[in-house]
Amino acid sequence: MNNIIVLPLIIPIFTAVILVFLRNYIVVQRMITITTMIAVSIISFFLLELVQREGIIKLDFSGWKPPFGILFVADTFSVLMVLTSSIVTVFCLLYAFSTIGERHENMFIYSFVLLLVGGVNGSFLTGDIFNLFVCFEVMLMASYVLVALGGEKVQLRESLKYVLINVIGSSIFLIALAYLYSTVKTLNMAHIAERVAEAGQDPMLTTVALVLFIVFSLKAGLVLFFWLPGSYVVPPTAVQALFAALLTKVGVYALIRTFTLMFPHQPEVTHTIIGIFAGATIILGCMGALASRNVLTIAAYNIVIAVGFILIGLAVGTESAIAGSVYYLIHDMVAKALLFLLVGMMVYLTGEKLIDHMSGLIRNYPLFGWIYFLTMLALVGIPPLSGFVGKVLIGKGSIEAGSYVLLFLGFASSLVVLFSLLKIFLSSFFGETIITNEDKKPLPIASMASFIALALCMIAIGLGAEQLLVYVQDATNILVNPSIYIDAILSES
Amino acid sequence: MIILIGILVSVATYLILSRNMIRIIIGTAVLSHAVNLLIMTSGGLKTGNVPLLGHGDGPFTDALPQALILTAIVISFATTAFLLVLAYRTYKTNGSDDFNELRGMSDE
Amino acid sequence: MRINDVILRTVVKVVIFIILTLGVYLFFSGHNAPGGGFIGGLVLASGIILLYVTYDIDTIQKKMPFDFKKVAALGVLIATGTGLGAIYLDVPFLSQTDGHFQFPFIGDKHLTTVTLFEAGVALTVIGTLVTMILSISEDE
Repeated sequence: MNNIIVLPLIIPIFTAVILVFLRNYIVVQRMITITTMIAVSIISFFLLELVQREGIIKLDFSGWKPPFGILFVADTFSVLMVLTSSIVTVFCLLYAFSTIGERHENMFIYSFVLLLVGGVNGSFLTGDIFNLFVCFEVMLMASYVLVALGGEKVQLRESLKYVLINVIGSSIFLIALAYLYSTVKTLNMAHIAERVAEAGQDPMLTTVALVLFIVFSLKAGLVLFFWLPGSYVVPPTAVQALFAALLTKVGVYALIRTFTLMFPHQPEVTHTIIGIFAGATIILGCMGALASRNVLTIAAYNIVIAVGFILIGLAVGTESAIAGSVYYLIHDMVAKALLFLLVGMMVYLTGEKLIDHMSGLIRNYPLFGWIYFLTMLALVGIPPLSGFVGKVLIGKGSIEAGSYVLLFLGFASSLVVLFSLLKIFLSSFFGETIITNEDKKPLPIASMASFIALALCMIAIGLGAEQLLVYVQDATNILVNPSIYIDAILSES
Repeated sequence: MIILIGILVSVATYLILSRNMIRIIIGTAVLSHAVNLLIMTSGGLKTGNVPLLGHGDGPFTDALPQALILTAIVISFATTAFLLVLAYRTYKTNGSDDFNELRGMSDE
Repeated sequence: MRINDVILRTVVKVVIFIILTLGVYLFFSGHNAPGGGFIGGLVLASGIILLYVTYDIDTIQKKMPFDFKKVAALGVLIATGTGLGAIYLDVPFLSQTDGHFQFPFIGDKHLTTVTLFEAGVALTVIGTLVTMILSISEDE
């Protein structure tokens, strides 16, 4: 039996519930949480090996054969995502232990983080589009609570908007599902793909695809990202990093899955729109990043830029471009988590959010400063680090397909990323030291460890590109040829 | 049914676009009901028997949309309840239920 | 100021039993007929909330000393636990089995493992619902 597939979903949820009973034992909570996440990481690594060896594996819940029952599917792409998100969560938790404070720990924060991870893993692994909706909702419910937790004025205000946007988004998702069901009479993704391929993608289905596109781009922060900077900067840093690493990426994953598996037949309509949206996202995100002087907002706009960049790969749609997207997605999950943790630490150390009020941090915390520098280089895409291969592959793909406008936008955005992050580096890390040695806050060791570990991950993704590319190629192969996926799901039934 | 859904959606849109918090929340609730009805129509209306053991035979209605609606109702119920609590707390701390006064910049 | 709620109190004393019985009935009829954990749970929870409305929170809390957050958590634990049991027996996740049991007074009953799952759902629904209502009503 392939019950191992469901473990990345069920273990976090199960543990989250157990933690509710241990409300007053914070140390026990921490131990259990981190052990769980390490266990999930190991399981997903094992799963990755298994999928690599045996091809796509699936699990039909309670034995209902597809297309009738709900099922979980593990292909290389989804397992790669699960693995990355679990590892990132481990380090974010490590950071959270040292900074988040007693008050949050008493309010079930680890339970909700685990629920969030459960929802995210579920969204990656599910093979049924309605189940995708349910996992989205689990993830969003956890995120609503995490945004609002703490109950400060700003938090409540922003979380209300965040929740409202997402509730309406979910309603639109359901509308799309209703139309999809009335047209193709199935909700299994592979089965949908098969029927759409058989019947041809008529305008009705294209419209449904576009409605789904709007929903996922709302979640991913593609063009419709106006909610993102507001709600991502209010929760505690570790939660911000988790949101930055996971939430938008689930949207991106759903977009890639939808438009490679289910609706790849009308690229002149759908992929053009994706391309336009990706370009617009990059331009608007760059404007935001350039205009802001708040470190948190700059980091938040960098998420938006990265989402646009990843979707260039999808819009172009050649094999190397999609490989680039997958690779860059993995890189971005790690790097964005690290960026948010670092920026949050700057705010924690100085108590200021505007870059004009910080200066000379590198004198006080040299290692911290250089890790920031490293992250910046990785995000810009300097060769030995993790961002490079993804950018090259996407670039190569766009040249193959002749979409020079997107190519130009993508690489121009790298420059803007460099500029906006360098702005932080120059004004906050260099310059006169304003913190004297007496009132310098010590840097928590656990969070330093998580910085170093994430930075090492980043270097490893860059240097180990050869090994990783084997998996990425495999994932891309399945994405480019949806028939492999469809056959794996429907063949035995 | 289609007309009813249309009316519900337009009412919901009107309510969501207003500025008062409670109206917006009621709007989202109405919207979710409209969507549930839409899912119901997707299975076809009045086309067969109750899909239950021992309740007649012959062509059964498609049970899947009903299962979907049940799930959607549970989720929207949870979200609406959470929204109400959140709105109440926001009203308490911020002292206003008008979204115009809750605007606030991110660079405060 | 105390309002005169004699009628409410009297009616509730009778009606509460009907509501709770109906809730339990709905819960047990769940696997072959309309009903089930969610609906049964909702009915039970509305009964409990009716008690809270009629008498006040402190009185009820004294008689029913549960933390409803923990009730909800227990429910989720049971529901996911039945799924994990399937993993232990090496059949697909959430698999179920059924059988007929003889109960005293009730006679032959058709029970499935879904009932356990439904019990989890029911507890979850009761727990969340009551927690929500209480958290809105608690602070003045």
